Amino acid sequence: MEKFASVRGAAAPLLIDDINTDQIAPVQFMRALEPDYEKALFARWRGDPNAPFVLDEQRFRRAPILVAGSNFGCGSAREVAVWALAAHGVRCIVARSFSEVYRESLLKNGMLPVVLNPALRSDFEARVVAADGQAPFEVDLAAYRITCPDGAAFAFGMDAGERTALLEGLDDVAMTLRHRSLIDAWEKQTALHQPWLQQITATD
Amino acid sequence: MTALWARHCSTKIWSRHRLAGDEGGKTLLYIDRVVVDDVRAPQVLKNLERRALAIRRPDLSVVVQDHSVPSFQTHSGLGGNDFVDATRVAAHRHGLRLLDVGDAEQGISHVVMPELGLVLPGSTYLCVDSHSPTVGGVGALGLACGSSELEHALATQAMWVRKPRQMRVRLEGGLDDGVYAKDVILHLIGRLGLDAARGIALEFAGGLIASLSVEARLTLCNMAVELGARTSIVAPDETTFAWLATSPHAPRADLWRRAHDQWRDLRSDGDARFDVELEIDCAGLAPQITWGTTPAQVASVAGHVPDTAAQAGLDEAIWRRALGYMDLTPGTCLAGTRINRVFIGSCTNARFGDLEIAARIVTGRKIADGVKAVVVPGSRAVGRRAQEHGLRDIFEDAGFLWGEPGCSMCAGGGGEKVTAGERIVSTTNRNFEGRQGAGVRTHLASPATAAAAAIKGEICDPRPLVQER
Repeated sequence: MEKFASVRGAAAPLLIDDINTDQIAPVQFMRALEPDYEKALFARWRGDPNAPFVLDEQRFRRAPILVAGSNFGCGSAREVAVWALAAHGVRCIVARSFSEVYRESLLKNGMLPVVLNPALRSDFEARVVAADGQAPFEVDLAAYRITCPDGAAFAFGMDAGERTALLEGLDDVAMTLRHRSLIDAWEKQTALHQPWLQQITATD
Repeated sequence: MTALWARHCSTKIWSRHRLAGDEGGKTLLYIDRVVVDDVRAPQVLKNLERRALAIRRPDLSVVVQDHSVPSFQTHSGLGGNDFVDATRVAAHRHGLRLLDVGDAEQGISHVVMPELGLVLPGSTYLCVDSHSPTVGGVGALGLACGSSELEHALATQAMWVRKPRQMRVRLEGGLDDGVYAKDVILHLIGRLGLDAARGIALEFAGGLIASLSVEARLTLCNMAVELGARTSIVAPDETTFAWLATSPHAPRADLWRRAHDQWRDLRSDGDARFDVELEIDCAGLAPQITWGTTPAQVASVAGHVPDTAAQAGLDEAIWRRALGYMDLTPGTCLAGTRINRVFIGSCTNARFGDLEIAARIVTGRKIADGVKAVVVPGSRAVGRRAQEHGLRDIFEDAGFLWGEPGCSMCAGGGGEKVTAGERIVSTTNRNFEGRQGAGVRTHLASPATAAAAAIKGEICDPRPLVQER
């Protein structure tokens, strides 16, 4: 997995709650075995000349930071909804909260999900709106900190293991297989005590 | 090992499957069944080859053809078959059990896995599909994941999961004839909202649960996902065991007796403490139907679209957008709204009991002029049984089309098209903008409400049609 370095660039506000993966990447744009992920990105919200979508506006066109409301990425587990944002250049999403499956998929793709302390959110979001893509924000994962164009800094928390995996670009399977002996032992024990779990019973 | 803190049904399963903890606040859980669907299989299996990773337990993994199966042969060539074919090739190359199109055991993952006894009480189940917690209906711990986590699970037979908080919803009171589990869960989502159970293991309990069939419990757990639940469960009881006893892959003879003994201990302990507890009285609950573009935007069929954004509990812009998309005006009575389409199917409501409920209304009647109605059984087994019991004839005589088992019009992955602007009553679980096609206006409801809408050509209360029988 690619290492997550710090990120510097525009922060695009998309301050809506419950943005679901059908909105982020509509299924109809994934009808090919190898679809154009970027084309799928918010496909139904983009291209309306009367209401330009935030990521289509010149100053946000390559914004590496997206700022969203609560429950971001709810709905379908489709990882395309992560790949579509990655294809657009987004590396970090600051949301009020994330769907758990979506958050895990972000981490697996070397992208950083940030949830700020509730007391700080409104202040941060206001700065994102005020900056309006004209000046860069900086996300420093090693320091657990987001710095705004005016110098204001916002600390965020994250589990140490998740942070290390992102910073070092660790291979998830290799990490888990360090526990291989535990998995082997579990299987052996379960084959004795709950054999129906360790085999699929054949039909008559 | 389990005694002190493994008190809730789901934590009993959790602690039994815990391999290691708790790196990054997560626990490594053993996964008993890994399920790959026909959207993800081609790419995920190719990635494993690229990474030179072997599948740890191909014998415990299952590949299903569901999302991409064209419901009707006339839809072939619209993309579905590319995935179906690529999935078949990939499954064979990796020596995985494939429930292929045309096979006796094929169907929607969360329908066939419990129905065939491929997932059992007290087990862990991981599928690359958000509705995996459906299998909580048989007392299994269902977890969803994306493609990357699936690769990890295939390679390791394990998954890192953050320990969920515990919530119990006690459902009390009996349901009127014509009111079903789907109405209960829609009502609950409307009341609690889309992230009320985010990061939570939700257990359904109470007097109503005890009286519900396994199929109805599967419906509840399926849509608990729309509350944000990480997983959802009904503690298995004698109803569950009786339902599973005849399933083709359930343990038999002595193994069944041993399993049964263990499964009886899965229920939450009497003094188990939940982080959140709710009790809902379902007596007098009316049939529910969504009016907006999330499952939480819901009302009684005889009710109204809310008059204002404030009444709906929504931001003005969201509210306007939802009503604009649905082409409804504030205060409109939902009953009487003309519809174009009806779909009965999906992992929410395509089991035999669901089709039976709908058939009861459809028997001896015809669908309304101008309405196109489709029934797609959730599995080949459901379809076969429905045919044997004459249900297929009942639907076809009424003018319904009968499709090949699969996810079908829930997301249209097999190429099923609904025209922009059409209004559909659908037994599925998501009514998001564009979910069933660009501009398609989805109203989520029970199989009874969907069947009644097909007959009347408009949204209506199914109870009079049921009670005339």
